[in-house]
Amino acid sequence: MEVTTRVLKPLALALSLVLMAGCNDSKEKKPQAATADALVIKIAHSAPLTGPQAHLGKDNENGVRLAIDELNAKGILIGDKKATIELISEDDQADPRVATTVAQKFVDEKVHAVIGHMNSGTTIPASKIYFDAGVPQISPSATNVKYTQQGFKTAFRLMANDAQQGKVLGNYAVQDMQAKKIAIIDDRTAYGQGLAAEFEQAVLAQGGVIVGHEFTSDRASDFTAILTKIKGLNADLLFYGGMDAQAAPMVKQMRTLGMAVPFMGGDGTHTAEFISLAGEAAEGVIASLPGVPLENMPGGLAFSEKFQAKYGKIQLYSPYSYDAVYVLIGAMQKAQSIDPAVYGAQLAASQHEGITANIAFDDKGDLKGGSITVYRAEKGEWKMLKTLRD
Amino acid sequence: MEILFQQIVNGLIIGSIYALIALGYTMVYGILGLINFAHGEIVMIGAMTTITLLNLLVSASLGLPAPVLVVLATTLAIPVSMLLGYGIERIAYRPLRKAPKLSPLITAIGVSIVLQNMAMIIWGKNYAPFPAILPTMPHHFFGAAITDVQIVIIFLAALIMLSLVWLIQRTRLGTAMRAVAQNPDAAKLMGVNVNSIISMTFILGSALGAVAGVMVSANYGQAHATMGFVLGLKAFSAAVLGGIGNLGGAVMGGLLLGLIESIGAGYLGDLTGGFLGSHYQDVFAFLVLILVLVLKPSGLMGERVADRP
Repeated sequence: MEVTTRVLKPLALALSLVLMAGCNDSKEKKPQAATADALVIKIAHSAPLTGPQAHLGKDNENGVRLAIDELNAKGILIGDKKATIELISEDDQADPRVATTVAQKFVDEKVHAVIGHMNSGTTIPASKIYFDAGVPQISPSATNVKYTQQGFKTAFRLMANDAQQGKVLGNYAVQDMQAKKIAIIDDRTAYGQGLAAEFEQAVLAQGGVIVGHEFTSDRASDFTAILTKIKGLNADLLFYGGMDAQAAPMVKQMRTLGMAVPFMGGDGTHTAEFISLAGEAAEGVIASLPGVPLENMPGGLAFSEKFQAKYGKIQLYSPYSYDAVYVLIGAMQKAQSIDPAVYGAQLAASQHEGITANIAFDDKGDLKGGSITVYRAEKGEWKMLKTLRD
Repeated sequence: MEILFQQIVNGLIIGSIYALIALGYTMVYGILGLINFAHGEIVMIGAMTTITLLNLLVSASLGLPAPVLVVLATTLAIPVSMLLGYGIERIAYRPLRKAPKLSPLITAIGVSIVLQNMAMIIWGKNYAPFPAILPTMPHHFFGAAITDVQIVIIFLAALIMLSLVWLIQRTRLGTAMRAVAQNPDAAKLMGVNVNSIISMTFILGSALGAVAGVMVSANYGQAHATMGFVLGLKAFSAAVLGGIGNLGGAVMGGLLLGLIESIGAGYLGDLTGGFLGSHYQDVFAFLVLILVLVLKPSGLMGERVADRP
């Protein structure tokens, strides 16, 4: 029909113009790294920047930005060349599928290092892509054990993993809280599932009994059905493996259902957002965080002042993502090269006095000497109960 | 037994909310043959606007009791949703009245995406907490715990649905809406202003959606820019379950879907011997939907679509 041809031709013309513009753009975007005297270090970062965990992802990104701005302002030398750091930040929506696409994009852009991802569920699939391309990856927050069990020389993390965290929580539940019948809910993500499994193992080893194990997802907001089921099981404690976006409404719904059972979670629960979302229901909740309390960290208070002045309240992992940048730059400076193939070995042998802890990696990429701290929420703040070192 | 009763109560609460939202979908489909995918976002914007207004009212320290503040904030937020619904109809759907069915459908999806992102720009991507001013102490009866907010949700939803039925069956506006739903051309010949009736339908549906949005955010204590998508999907499925275009069907479908979800999540693990866990809650609900549609394609109470050329 006439209308079709009158529409198709200009449409085809417009499309081809757009494609050509697109092509030009991508050619311009690959600056060849070195003019004779300046290096551009491309550090990539990925975390959920939209969705229920956006506040945590943004927090990670802000920690990285703070470190990069500091280093750029100070001026870094790699070998005898001046270097500036460029941040490439992408949103992985806490979704493993998006994370692998983002990982591929980073690899194609030939980044020199990756700080990410935030969740275990995204970090683990992405790590394969980084390993195949030889790009070193430091995760500031992924705690699932599998991440460093894959034998990838490029995978590192700055926190103790869930094997430790689950054990500490399990022991605390049975020994310190005297809970005998324990119910578990997890959100079926790599992190939630893994942490719950480690917790369950520890509880059983200590002689406790698991009376029920229910499931939800990291997008859900209604837990009344599974909580009602658990209410009928008469548990002494409810453990949740998952993030604060679910833990907060969950604990609120527990109270409206008339369940007075104590609630325990892992590092995903131990956030400022949890307390603000859960309000009164947060009182008495137990949560753990790998590492030591901010006040006890070697550079914690100084970091806190700097960060709050620029970005507001610290959510959770920003001190770790900040340290990640410094560890990377430290390794590059020791190796006098920004080429992953060259500085990778130095990264594995890092000895860095970070603000979170003294950072050194074991042969798997885990943090050496990591600790776990257990906290209780009291009057709107996370109060430290005890720190356990491995 | 108490646990089962609690699950039923839970199901009725969420079911009432689904029913309210489903009414919006079903009214528009009955009149225009269009699935208004943007309706979930109207629910969301109603919720977010109410929370913003409520935060303003609370910080103004007016000294009024909490329920009055919530009613005030909701009453101010409803016209916003109504305006939005009217605007969407005029801008996105009316020009496509004569176009093939696919165009308004895709447009609806487009409007939904625009609204979601607009909400993210205005309110940010974080979860917005509902101000904790309402009482949360549960009342217990027959072993089930229910809060004041939840009791209000169930009764208010029932009241609204009954009022809607009265409107449709006993007023001139309602008769005009039924006429347009039955046969728009014949209605036009009978002197009904079809355009204004269609606008009225959108406005009414959006008002219901706004109230439903407030209910959801008051019940769960939070709202966020992407909450409309899943809610809309489930409410639409509820409308189809009960029979699309059929108001009674929307109500029944909503309540039924709520109950199935609640009881399904509670007993799925036991029913399947641990093979399927409670995280298959949504799968279970949608499986029931598929089953009903395979056996009775027009939905449980029969669909009501217009006699349209």
